[in-house]
Amino acid sequence: MDIQVRVWRQQGPSDKGKMVGYDVKDISPDASFLEMLDVLNEKLILDGDDPIAFDHDCREGICGMCGMMINGVAHGPERATTTCQLHMRHFNDGDVIDVEPWRAAAFPVIKDLVVNRGAFDTIIQAGGYITAPTGAAPEAHSTPIPKADADAAFEAATCIGCGACVAACPNGSAMLFTAAKVAHLGLMPQGQPERHTRVLDMIEAQDEAGFGGCTNAGECTTVCPKGIPLTLIGRLNTDYRKAVGKR
Amino acid sequence: MNLWNEGDPIADAAAPDGPIETRWERRKFAAKLVNPANRRKLTVIVIGTGLAGGSAAATLAEAGYRVRSYCYQDSPRRAHSIAAQGGINAAKNYRNDGDSIHRLFYDTVKGGDFRARESNVYRLAQVSVNIIDQCVAQGVPFAREYGGLLDNRSFGGTQVSRTFYARGQTGQQLLLGAYQAMERQIGLGNIEMFARHEMLELIIVDGRARGVVVRDLVTGEISTDFADAVVLASGGYGNVFFLSTNAKGCNVTASWRAHRKGALFANPCYTQIHPTCIPESGTHQSKLTLMSESLRNDGRVWVPLARGDSRKPGDIPEAERDYYLERIYPSFGNLVPRDIASRAAKNVCDEGRGVGPGGLGVYLDFADAIARLGRHAVEEKYGNLFEMYQRITGEDPYRVPMRIYPAVHYTMGGLWVDYDLQSTIPGLFVVGEANFSDHGANRLGASALMQGLADGYFVLPNTISNYLASGPFEKLSPDHADVVAARAGVEDRLAKLLAVDGDRTVDSFHRELGHIMWEYCGMERTEEGLTKAVGLIRGLRDEFWARVKVPGTGEQLNQNLEKAGRVADFFELAELMCIDALHRAESAGGHFRAESQTPDGEALRHDDEFSYVAAWSYGDVPTLHKEQLDFEYVHPSTRSYK
Repeated sequence: MDIQVRVWRQQGPSDKGKMVGYDVKDISPDASFLEMLDVLNEKLILDGDDPIAFDHDCREGICGMCGMMINGVAHGPERATTTCQLHMRHFNDGDVIDVEPWRAAAFPVIKDLVVNRGAFDTIIQAGGYITAPTGAAPEAHSTPIPKADADAAFEAATCIGCGACVAACPNGSAMLFTAAKVAHLGLMPQGQPERHTRVLDMIEAQDEAGFGGCTNAGECTTVCPKGIPLTLIGRLNTDYRKAVGKR
Repeated sequence: MNLWNEGDPIADAAAPDGPIETRWERRKFAAKLVNPANRRKLTVIVIGTGLAGGSAAATLAEAGYRVRSYCYQDSPRRAHSIAAQGGINAAKNYRNDGDSIHRLFYDTVKGGDFRARESNVYRLAQVSVNIIDQCVAQGVPFAREYGGLLDNRSFGGTQVSRTFYARGQTGQQLLLGAYQAMERQIGLGNIEMFARHEMLELIIVDGRARGVVVRDLVTGEISTDFADAVVLASGGYGNVFFLSTNAKGCNVTASWRAHRKGALFANPCYTQIHPTCIPESGTHQSKLTLMSESLRNDGRVWVPLARGDSRKPGDIPEAERDYYLERIYPSFGNLVPRDIASRAAKNVCDEGRGVGPGGLGVYLDFADAIARLGRHAVEEKYGNLFEMYQRITGEDPYRVPMRIYPAVHYTMGGLWVDYDLQSTIPGLFVVGEANFSDHGANRLGASALMQGLADGYFVLPNTISNYLASGPFEKLSPDHADVVAARAGVEDRLAKLLAVDGDRTVDSFHRELGHIMWEYCGMERTEEGLTKAVGLIRGLRDEFWARVKVPGTGEQLNQNLEKAGRVADFFELAELMCIDALHRAESAGGHFRAESQTPDGEALRHDDEFSYVAAWSYGDVPTLHKEQLDFEYVHPSTRSYK
């Protein structure tokens, strides 16, 4: 199939940036979206042009490194799918596809489609863990955990930290990301001792990192490649209120 | 000219002898300690943030050392351990099915085709039980039974259920546990983290590993960093094949730079080709995707009995199907180890019975499991894997059998280390897939996660103190002659790559190198093919340095410059892999030499000649140093899964 992509090109953080159109010919419908960009980049290099910079690594939808706005939607048109797992069979011959980086105040553009998501790590540093230094652990079976709780914690823990939720949010909020970690750890007995300080510290770090506030727009969960549900934000708010009360 | 020379043998001087059950206890007791107040005066650099590097960095920082951690990704949470699907082994014997530390030890030595060190493997099995405790304490949401206790499943090469898992995302959950422990230490100021940085050289001063030269991948700035010890946790080298299940960025550069500086490289030819991957779909293919081995618990592998049978799988009656693993290996069936399953798939495809485009595929069929357990139970166990398969291929595996084919997945070889995980360069430690130590010639499923975390949480933190107790070492300045030289070497090489300005892309060279390796150093190797491959690799390497085109400059984010440096190192490694495969004129585990097979086509070892670790030193002509392997507890036998 033949398509045209219009890609955001930005030399560096201080460059203004602009959309540039490229024709991509003879792409297999079985190619992934990133493989389509690979093919385009090979051509750009040989033509003496600057290839398009984009983040990617595992290309199997789990590392969270890739991500771009495709026709204005984070990770593109397929639900529950990262950009690397999006295949060209979901587009049509002759399509014109717009490709842009994540747009969020807390994720400054480095080059082209590459952004800095270091602010996510800062949120985790603030409290997204259970304090359990190596060697201090009790026998694994000493605390049984009901299967339903373990399963729910797992679902929340599947977040890959890609940042699509932030990019899709009209406020540039990281609430779904933070809520997923608060739920994962808060649903397990091991996570109880730090439950209240965790939520307060993570929210504070999130605000300081320049993310916007949550207004329950729900765009985040719509684009989340792992389907992290919006109800976790409600859960975080409940935890937060309780924690404030105990402060 | 000889392709290699033979040098002096080497030995592992760090391993205690005596009863194997108490070796690790005795080694820990004999190791020198550093008192807590002195630990903060000692700095350790850790390269890589996967399971081994992440767990090592967190644990060393918890102990009080100052840690400086580097990764090429934008966050330490993204290292490729995250993609491990199936599970992690531990000898907990929660199933009361006869498992024990000794059995895990035995299975691993046997699974590795008797080419691993007994001492190391025994320790791995001992430590395995602590890993599960540690991960549970961190909040890793392992799968559980309705009673609230941990669930297990079985994996290839074993007859017990000892694999702990978190759906098909075990690596992700374990890595996030290590990452969160690391982030806690970063927040406390005990780890300084450098994401989007790549190590391009090792700095050695007075014979000790003392630092690294790194490139900031965003600004292109080259800088030097110093420490009292350096830990490489930079993963395996499967991407030498271009197409593999590794992440696109996985590379051998950190290990290879250390090798060039004097660290021996052991068993480079031991490559694991994983039997269950999604087949290639075209020339645009940039990587291959694994389908977890756990699928073989319930999926049945088959091909049509007749050659060239082009009917749809559903139209082929039972009697005309060949469930070849169950037929050839009745006692292990679909759960034979990876090397055996991969070669069996290759054999049926070579016979013309493969399915799908180009006949390069076999079926992995869940129809029986769905009929027996119900769709819901299958979904519960493998849901995310089925979704991934459907997303990539556009086919629904609940209705149509999956098509799978072997792909490069893991490398058992790596930098040579002693029992303390120290390389032949004092102060350079190597953990996880980057070292060679525990899997012999073939790794069992769910053992990579076990080894990575064993090394990082429990082994290295105990052994590195024995080295650090002699520190802190002399403070280094960037003006030190050895530092200046290391840095200049890096700058020259980058300038050289940019200066070629030829007419072929980096990827085109990498792809061609991968074809050579897959053809001649893949699932089946011959003397003739390997000799030919060495010539082809050298020719292509010369062409690379004459014709490669790297756009842009070194003073910016330049992903092609990063790739070019990695591919340049892959060329050198590829040659050594072929030489290692050529010299090992036996079949063992993942290394199958066509000249060395039994009458029924199984791998034939030659213990009298090859019961050693092949550790290579760098040179225009590499030199082989043999470490003899002694088996006191597991007697080498013909590995049979029939």
